[in-house]
Amino acid sequence: MSTEAREAETTEALPDPMVADMIGSGVEGGIGDQVRAYFQRLRGGEMGALPAIGGLVVLGILFAILSPYFLTERNFANLLTQSATLVMLGMALVFVILLGEIDLSAGVTGGVAMCAFIVLVDVLKWNTWLALGVGFAIGLATGGFIGFFVARVGIPSFVVTLGLFLGFQGLELIIIGNGGLYNVQDPAILAIMNNNLPIWGGWVMLAIMVLISMGVSFWDRARRRRAGVPNRAVILVWIKVVAVAVVGGVVVGLLSQNRGTGFVKVEGVPIVVPITLAILWIGTFVLDRTKYGRYLYAVGGNAEAARRSGVKVITIRWVAFVICSFLAVVSQLFSISKVGSVDPSAGVSIVLSGVAAAVVGGVSLFGGRGRLMHAAIGAVVIAIITNGLGLLNLPAGVNYAVTGGVLILAATVDAVSRVRAGGSLFRR
Amino acid sequence: MDEPLISLTGVTKSFGPVDVLRGVDLKAYPGKVTALVGDNGAGKSTLIKGLAGVQPYDGGEVRFDGEVVNLHNPREASRLGIEVVYQDLALADNLDIVQNMFLGREETKWGTFDEGRMELETSRALRQLSVRTVKSVRQKVSSLSGGQRQTVAIARSVINRSRLVILDEPTAALGVAQTEQVLGLVKRLAEQNVAVIIISHNLADVFQVADYISVLYLGRMVASVTTSETTYDDVVGYITGSKTYSGEPA
Repeated sequence: MSTEAREAETTEALPDPMVADMIGSGVEGGIGDQVRAYFQRLRGGEMGALPAIGGLVVLGILFAILSPYFLTERNFANLLTQSATLVMLGMALVFVILLGEIDLSAGVTGGVAMCAFIVLVDVLKWNTWLALGVGFAIGLATGGFIGFFVARVGIPSFVVTLGLFLGFQGLELIIIGNGGLYNVQDPAILAIMNNNLPIWGGWVMLAIMVLISMGVSFWDRARRRRAGVPNRAVILVWIKVVAVAVVGGVVVGLLSQNRGTGFVKVEGVPIVVPITLAILWIGTFVLDRTKYGRYLYAVGGNAEAARRSGVKVITIRWVAFVICSFLAVVSQLFSISKVGSVDPSAGVSIVLSGVAAAVVGGVSLFGGRGRLMHAAIGAVVIAIITNGLGLLNLPAGVNYAVTGGVLILAATVDAVSRVRAGGSLFRR
Repeated sequence: MDEPLISLTGVTKSFGPVDVLRGVDLKAYPGKVTALVGDNGAGKSTLIKGLAGVQPYDGGEVRFDGEVVNLHNPREASRLGIEVVYQDLALADNLDIVQNMFLGREETKWGTFDEGRMELETSRALRQLSVRTVKSVRQKVSSLSGGQRQTVAIARSVINRSRLVILDEPTAALGVAQTEQVLGLVKRLAEQNVAVIIISHNLADVFQVADYISVLYLGRMVASVTTSETTYDDVVGYITGSKTYSGEPA
C-alpha cells in the first residue's frame, strides 16, 4: 500500500462488525448476500474479466447488426478456430505476466519448434509424433533457457526474450531457407483445426464439462464441511452448473448444425475446442489449487514476502517460463494446422496480440492479478474484431486501429479500477 | 526469575573492519515483552538478523531453551520457532488473509489445498489475539488498513506456533488508534506464553507494553532494565550515551 493510502486509512473510522464466534469467510448468507458481496468487490476494483465480457457482448451485438453473416453457424465455428491460436498464446503468456515478466519470444519459440518439426517430417521423413516431440522439447528447452537468464542470472525478461525474438527469426530462416515454404501433410495435424468431433462427441464433451464442474464443487463442499467451516448456499452451485449446461448446450447445439455450403456436410465441434478447454482447465487447476500456482501469484504480488516465507522464488520463475514456452508451441501447432503450411515467419507477428489478449482480458502486466480464463476471453475479443471487420470488408488497417483502441481502453479500465482499489482517487 | 527462552552471551558481528556488535548480551522470557531500543546504527537490525538466521553471528553463544544452538540459516531459526515480523510487512497484497497466513506452509491433501482447514485456523489465530476489525478472512490484503496488515503479519506467528516473535518497528507507520490496537495485540501475544522482542523508536510505546527494556549503544548492550524500575529520562540517557547504567542487568 502506498504511504498516502496508509495515512488515509489510519485516520478513518474502523469498521466494527459484530464479533461472531468465527470470523467470516465471505460465504455467509443467501444468494442476495452473495450478489451484494460480488458488487461490493466490483466497486472495490476487482473487475476481473467483466469488462472483457462486456466488450464481447457489445461487439457481438454490433457485428450482428452490421453483418448478416456474423451470426451464422459457419461464422461461429470460424470464429472459434480463428481465435484458438491466440487463446492458447494468451494463456501461455499469463504464466509469465503473473510474475510481472514478459515473453516476447513466445511466438517465435513456437515458430522455431514448428519449423524444426516440418523439416524433420518433410525432409528427413521422421515419424510425425517423434518430430512433434522434438518440437515440444525445443519449447521446453527455450523456456528453460529464458528462465535461467531471468530467474538465475537476473537479466530483465524483456531483454532476454527480445534477443530471442530477433535470434529465432533468424533461426527460422536458417531451418526453412529463405523464401521456403512447407505444406503440412499429416492428416492428424491438419485435423486439429479443420476436422470436427462427431455430433455425439460434442455432447459427450459437454456432459464431461458439466460433471467436472459439479464434481469439483461438491468435492470442495464436502471438504469444507469436514473442516467445519460454512459453505455457500447450495443453490449457487446449481446455478453455476445450469449456466455451464445452458451456455455449453447452445454452443454445441449451434456447432451440431450443418454449416457446409456444398454437398459435403460440415458439422460438429471443431477438435481444437476440447483440446483448448482441457488445457484451460488443467492450467486453472494448477493456478488455483496447487502450491505452484499459489506461489506464482505470491511471487508476482510481492517476491520478497514470498522469499521470506520460504518460497523458492527462482524455481517458481524458471518453471513459469518453461510452461509459457511449452504452451506457445501448442499455439503455433494450432496455427500451422489452420494455415496448412510453415514458412520462416511463423509466430513472428502474433506475440504482441497475445500480450494484448491477456491485458484486454484483465490480466495485470504488473503481475499478481489475472486468470487463464481472462486471457482466453481477451483473445476472443481480439479475434471477434478481426472476424467482424473482415466480414464488413473493411481494410486491414481499420482492424489494427480498432484492436489498438480496445487495448488502450482495457488498460485504462484496469488502471482506473486499481486506483479505486487503492482509494487514492476518492480521498485526495 | 524464570528461565529465559533465549539468551545471547557475548555475541559479536563485524562487517570487514567495522565491529557492529561488540559482545552483546540479551535475554527474552516466555510470556514477557522485551523491548530492544537504541539509536540508528546501534546494531539493532544486525542483532535481529542474527536471531532470524539471515546473517549469522561471528562469535558468542546463543542458548534457546537452555540448549546451545547455531542459528546459521533462516530454516534453523524457524525450526526452533523464531519468527520475525519485519517492518516492511512481508505480505503479498494480491492474496487474501488466509493465503498470506499460510504462505509457504499451506495445508494440502492429495497435492491440492485444504482451504477449509486453513480458513478455520486463520480464524482461530485471529480470535486468539482478539482481533475484531477483520470482517472476512477471505479479504484481499490490499483492502486492509495498515493496522490490519500488521495484525495479519503478527497473527502468522500464532499459526506457526512460534515461541519467540520479534517485531521490527510494528507501529512505525500507524496512526494513534491503530497503534493502540497493535500494542494490545503484542500484549495478547505475550499472554499466549510467547517470548516477544519488540524494536521501537517510540519510547511511549515501549513503556506501555514492555516488561523489560534493553538498550543498545554503539554495538554494546549498555542497559537491561525492568520497565517498572526505570524512567523515561534514564532510557533516553542510555540511548544517547549521556547516562551510564550502573545496576545489575535485569
